[in-house]
Amino acid sequence: MKRITLLASIVFFILAFLISYNLSAAGGAPCGHYLSEDGLTEGQCETVEVDPYDLSSLQRGAQIYMNYCLGCHSLKFARYKRVSEDLEIPIDMFQENLIFGDQKLGDLISIGMDPKESKTWFGNTPPDLTLEAGLRGPDWIYTYLKSFYIDDSRPLGVNNKVYENVGMPNVLIGMQGEQFSVCKQIPEIAANGGIKQDPLTGEQLTVEKCGFLEVKDGTGIQTVEEFDQSMKDLTNFLAYMTDPMKTERETLGVYVLLYLFIFTILSYLLYIEFKKDLH
Amino acid sequence: MVTKIMNWFDDRLPLTATIERHLTKYPAPINMNIWYLAGALLIVVLVIQLLSGIWLLMNYEPTAEGAFASIQYIMRDVEYGYIIRYMHTTGASAFFALIYLHMFRGMMYGSYQKPRELLWVVGWITYLLLCMLGFTGYVLPWGQMSFWAAQVIMSLFGSIPYIGEDLLIWIRGDYLISGITLNRLFALHVVLLPLALIAVIFVHILALHEVGSNNPDGVDVKKFKDEDGVPLDTKPFFPYDIMHDLYAIGVFLIFFCTIMFFYPDGGGYVIEYVNYEAADNLKTPDHIVPSWYYTPFYAMLRAITFPLFGLSAKFLGFVVMAAGIAIFVALPWLDRSPVKSIKYKGVYSKFFLSLFVVSFFVLGYLGSVAPSPTKTLLAQIFTFGYFSYFLLMPIYSKYEKCKPVPDRVQLS
Repeated sequence: MKRITLLASIVFFILAFLISYNLSAAGGAPCGHYLSEDGLTEGQCETVEVDPYDLSSLQRGAQIYMNYCLGCHSLKFARYKRVSEDLEIPIDMFQENLIFGDQKLGDLISIGMDPKESKTWFGNTPPDLTLEAGLRGPDWIYTYLKSFYIDDSRPLGVNNKVYENVGMPNVLIGMQGEQFSVCKQIPEIAANGGIKQDPLTGEQLTVEKCGFLEVKDGTGIQTVEEFDQSMKDLTNFLAYMTDPMKTERETLGVYVLLYLFIFTILSYLLYIEFKKDLH
Repeated sequence: MVTKIMNWFDDRLPLTATIERHLTKYPAPINMNIWYLAGALLIVVLVIQLLSGIWLLMNYEPTAEGAFASIQYIMRDVEYGYIIRYMHTTGASAFFALIYLHMFRGMMYGSYQKPRELLWVVGWITYLLLCMLGFTGYVLPWGQMSFWAAQVIMSLFGSIPYIGEDLLIWIRGDYLISGITLNRLFALHVVLLPLALIAVIFVHILALHEVGSNNPDGVDVKKFKDEDGVPLDTKPFFPYDIMHDLYAIGVFLIFFCTIMFFYPDGGGYVIEYVNYEAADNLKTPDHIVPSWYYTPFYAMLRAITFPLFGLSAKFLGFVVMAAGIAIFVALPWLDRSPVKSIKYKGVYSKFFLSLFVVSFFVLGYLGSVAPSPTKTLLAQIFTFGYFSYFLLMPIYSKYEKCKPVPDRVQLS
């Protein structure tokens, strides 16, 4: 019996290891050619904390979405009314500022763009984004939104580090400003992981690495920090879109678990009581 | 009054007799351990799946155009629809987790040996039905992974020599996976398969109560009876076992609800991320992986990379995969050991059972990741390990040295 328990626990740990190993690999697609700030890793997304309880962030995200994204990207599984309720935006304010055209409060958030025409314009129909955060992960979306840069070789004048040669124009350029892909000198890393030094002078050796993103000062209406925050809000909004019932679900879940704990304790006591009969 | 009503029923229906036979006088061995809980929990999950399934059915639309949107309608617009759906998705994973534990219990304690061969075979049929239910249900949300999983699994039938291509069209009902395919899988998932599952589980329990439960020592508890003819080492199922099960159900539901309410995606294991995108027959996902509970068999399918005797590698892989699922049914006739429980079996049985478990988990892992030459080689080695447990069993179980089995159950 002891051996079986031992075997079972070994198997359990192997399984736990494999699952956690897999989980660390899962959770969103890798980020193309995106360079980390120190230039050492490529293709790793920046991490972003999404918080469905942060209503002001979600409200700002909704504002950006309705003004910058909704022209092309529908949220066709969600309804305006639900968004206004969940995000606690007063209905008349919502109707006045965030619903365009003649759509009604109870409507699904659709767009007027004809998918066939947009395909000829952009090379691909802009996808619906209701479930995008579930499909790609918030980290991917956040990094992608920040990774547009000026590239004159592309038909729309911009390219993206995360999604190379994407058909989407940089609609956020007014906020962010002109971003360029630049080269920088970074410390050279030796085979043992340390920084290479010049054997005579002791100075750190550097190598040139290209692909860093840099915003040209004064070209956008937001600073780099402000823009990062805006993109966090937008990502947060999209994460909410994928899973709008998360806050309700978790609140309910706490009560369910509390009930189950009490139920389990009582049924355990009952079990103990009955067990006394047997011996 | 109550006696009167009972008598009225008893004259027309074997009510008291049935209650006594299956509940209040069913003798359950006293040394049953934690492994024996899986069976009771499986019944709980069955009920969860049936109920949540019925409610899902009230709002689901089985068409290629409307299926994906109707799932989102359930998730967003239907009152508590998200709970119903997450209950069903979490329930599917729980069903398989528990049935694997339940099967492993049977293998460990020799519950398939005489006189429980038929019980084991019927149980194996429920597993088979569950696999079909899992597959058909997985296609219904009509997401990308639903579509491509259906594509991969159905195309396996196309690899059968001579009849493959025609058979494939017959199964799909179309020249490609389409709304027609979705509709027939829907019909199977909500009508035929659940009906069959309930019927087979009913027979499984009848057969169990005919031959009686096995126990961790694998001894026959019916050998020693008291003066009333009740086996000594047993207790009545009701109320003693029921109380134990009730407590276990509480613990189980805590786990279940934690996943359902707080991690409904299960890190991509319960609901795959790729399925957040609607089915698109022009866009193949990077990696097509089945649900975690099929991955050991998927790894076997991919492990066969070479054609043999003029048969294609794909067909051979299909055969090996099917054999991997089918071979469980042969266990009662492969095991030649004079003892039932692994506790008293010899060292070879212990070694091969461990090998089986390790192979199963490693294959499960390999089936969930993208293949590479090393991983394919590993899959081949562990497929070999998996089958050696079964195929070498007639030899090692017959010639190994077993420990003496006690006459009565041992309480630790």
